[in-house]
Parts: sequence; C-alpha cells; structure tokens
Amino acid sequence: MDWGSLQAILGGVNKHSTGIGKIWLTVLFIFRIMILVVAAERVWGDEQQDVVRNTMQPGCRNVCYDHFFPISHIRLWALQLIFVSTPALLVAMHVAYTRHEKKRRFRNGEKIDIEELKTKKLHIKGPLWWTYTISIFFRIVFEAVFMYAFYYMYDGYQMPRLVKCNAWPCPNTVDCFVSRPTEKTTFTIFMLVVSGICIMLNLAELCYLVIKICMKESRKNT
Amino acid sequence: MSWGFLRDLLSGVNKYSTGIGRIWVAVVFIFRLLVYIAAAENIWKYERDEFECNIKQPGCENVCFDHFFPISHIRLWALQLIMVSTPSLLVVFHVAYRENREKHHNQKLYKSPEKIDGRLLCTYLISLILKTAFEIVFLVLFHKLYNGFEVPHLVKCDMRPCPNTVDCYISKPTEKRIFLFFLVATSCLCIVLNLSELSYLIFKYSIKCYLKRYTKKWQ
Repeated sequence: MDWGSLQAILGGVNKHSTGIGKIWLTVLFIFRIMILVVAAERVWGDEQQDVVRNTMQPGCRNVCYDHFFPISHIRLWALQLIFVSTPALLVAMHVAYTRHEKKRRFRNGEKIDIEELKTKKLHIKGPLWWTYTISIFFRIVFEAVFMYAFYYMYDGYQMPRLVKCNAWPCPNTVDCFVSRPTEKTTFTIFMLVVSGICIMLNLAELCYLVIKICMKESRKNT
Repeated sequence: MSWGFLRDLLSGVNKYSTGIGRIWVAVVFIFRLLVYIAAAENIWKYERDEFECNIKQPGCENVCFDHFFPISHIRLWALQLIMVSTPSLLVVFHVAYRENREKHHNQKLYKSPEKIDGRLLCTYLISLILKTAFEIVFLVLFHKLYNGFEVPHLVKCDMRPCPNTVDCYISKPTEKRIFLFFLVATSCLCIVLNLSELSYLIFKYSIKCYLKRYTKKWQ
C-alpha cells in the first residue's frame, strides 16, 4: 500500500468536483505526490547520516540533528498531503450516503433509475454544497497551517549549508554541515510554490461556488 | 511486507459496516496505515545504526540498544495495526457463511445476508469489543515498555560489557515523539469511535426489541 490508495480514493471524488476542483486534484497528484515520491524522498534520503560534524564526540551528531530538524521536511510534506487530501473524503462520504439513501428508497418501491444512480454525477447543491464548501475551507486552513509550521520551524524556507551547534554533549560550538542544501532549498521552494498555487485554486473554487449560489438565489427571487 | 492485503481486508469490511464503522475504516486507512507507511517507517529505519554510545567497547552499543528497546516502537505500531484490523474478519466470515448457507439450501434464509441483525449483530459487537480491547492493550504495552510515551535524547546504560555508566544517544527523538503522539491520538480516536458504534448498535437494537414486544402486547 502506498500513495496509490489515496489516489484511488481521491480519484472517486474527482467525478463530483467542479472544474477548478479537478485542476486542484491534478496539481496535487502530479506536482506534489509524484514529486514527493519520485524526487524529494531521494534528496532527503538518509539525511542524519549525511550531516557531517566537525567533532568526533559520540552523540553530538544525534543531538545537533534533533535540535535543528525536530521534524524532517519530508515527513512534514507527507503529513501535509495527507491532511490536505482528507477533507475531500467528506465529499466522498456525503455522495456515498446520498446514493445509499436513494438505493434504500428504490428498495422501498420508489421509481428511481438504478443505472442512472450508479453513473450520474451529483450536482453540487443543497447539503452537498455545504459539505463541499466546508471541505475546501478546511483544505485552505490545513495548507496555511503547514506553510506557517515550515516557516516557524526552519526560520524561513532556506536550507543552510552550515549550522552551529553547542548542545550537550558537543564539547563546544561545533560546525555541522548539512548535505545537499541547495537541492533541498530548491525542492522546498518548489513545494512552497505549488502549495501557494493550491491555495489560490481553492480560494478561486470557493469564490466560484459562493457566486454561483448567490446568482441562483437572485434568479429565484426575480 | 505488503500492506495491500490489509487494505483489501478493510475495503471488504467497509461494505458490512455502519456509518461509524466506515469512519473508523477511513481513520485507520488514512491517519494510521498511510502515515505509518509514508512517514513513520522511515524515521525508525536506521534507528540501530544511528544509536550511538560514548564508548568504544565492542558489544556495549548492542547490549544497551537491546535493553532500552526490547521491541521497537515501529514494530509495536505495525503489530497494533494488524491486531486491531483483524477482528473485522469475524464479520466477513459470518457474512460469507450466511451466503454459503443460502446457496447450499437454494433458498432465501435471511432478509439480506449483509444486514446486521440476529447472530451477525452478536459477531459485530464481539468484533467491536475485541478491537477496543486490542487498542487498549497496545497503548498500555507502549506505556509500560517505554515509561510513558516519551522518547529521551539520552539514556544512561551500565549493562555488561559496558565498563561503567555510559551515555547513549537516540536518533531523532523529537520526530519520534511527535509521531508517537500521533499514534496515541489516533488510537484514542479509534477507541472512541468503537465505543460510540457499540453504544449506537446496543441502543438501536434495544429500542427495536422493546417496540416489537410492545406492539405484540397490544395485539
């Protein structure tokens, strides 16, 4: 099991998304999940072993690494992707529940076209509109929280070449050299930019949904 | 090991679950299994190689590591995931047994083999109780083995052949602590979901029983 299962679940949600929602899903799959699995994981590889410190004191590397990288970039990204994808499940659950209800009514004798029920795309209106909008709102919140968490934990988005560490048991202030800092900075900025694009897409989708419902209401009133 | 088998098992269980049961399956898939595979496994990958003691005495590091980590966090986590998912097999087997029986007798014996009523309800309730019990057992085990859910950055070891008390440094303690916290939080969430589902089913079927008896009395 891997990210493929998440992909399968989200693929199901794709059918009931708006156009912008489908673009968001594509960006998520290609520019985030795929980049994470194919490239970023290799860059971060065995990062603690590759930190070179300017002392032979046992334990110094462990302590310094733990001090400067409380949670690795790669794990934060994995968590971010999981949390950002989860609100879409709310929509999937709501759709499944609606279908289940219609099937139950069909079994109780109501005339419903069962083939149409299986394949038809549900329109985003009524309670589904609320579920969908809330899921987009949570997506935006989770993206923003993780971007801030990155910024807060690593004092910006740049990976330094050298960190100075004087945590015990390092005998004095020790130079620790991070491996592949430029490559890591490049990927960090890339993921940051794609996160930003995803936030923009989610905001656009939110505005689109709100405007659509307002126009519908005003057409109903006139 | 391929977790695909567990994923397939849980997908099968999803069909016969209540609404709360489906939320439980989603939580286990996404917040436990996926987090384990995508993130947690890699943190503990080189834990033995990165465990460093302040001594050159051969064998000291091995002995100290074994003393402080009798069974690694990540292995306990994997065992917990497997044990917690397995009681759902009882329900799958019972439904399969019902379907087989109907085929064998060539007639409709049940309203629907998948509907949770009668003996299938008992099986379902037992599976919920077992799931909850396993969750609690593993949480207690974690707590007992590691003195709480703390991962210290330094442990002091004086096992033979270490010549005296030696400082040993654990790798990535903060990251491990964060993911252990995640593990505990999702376990507790699953316990709450299981208990809610248990209460919901007991309540629903008690009301049904009571109404049946009440209407019989009136008739």
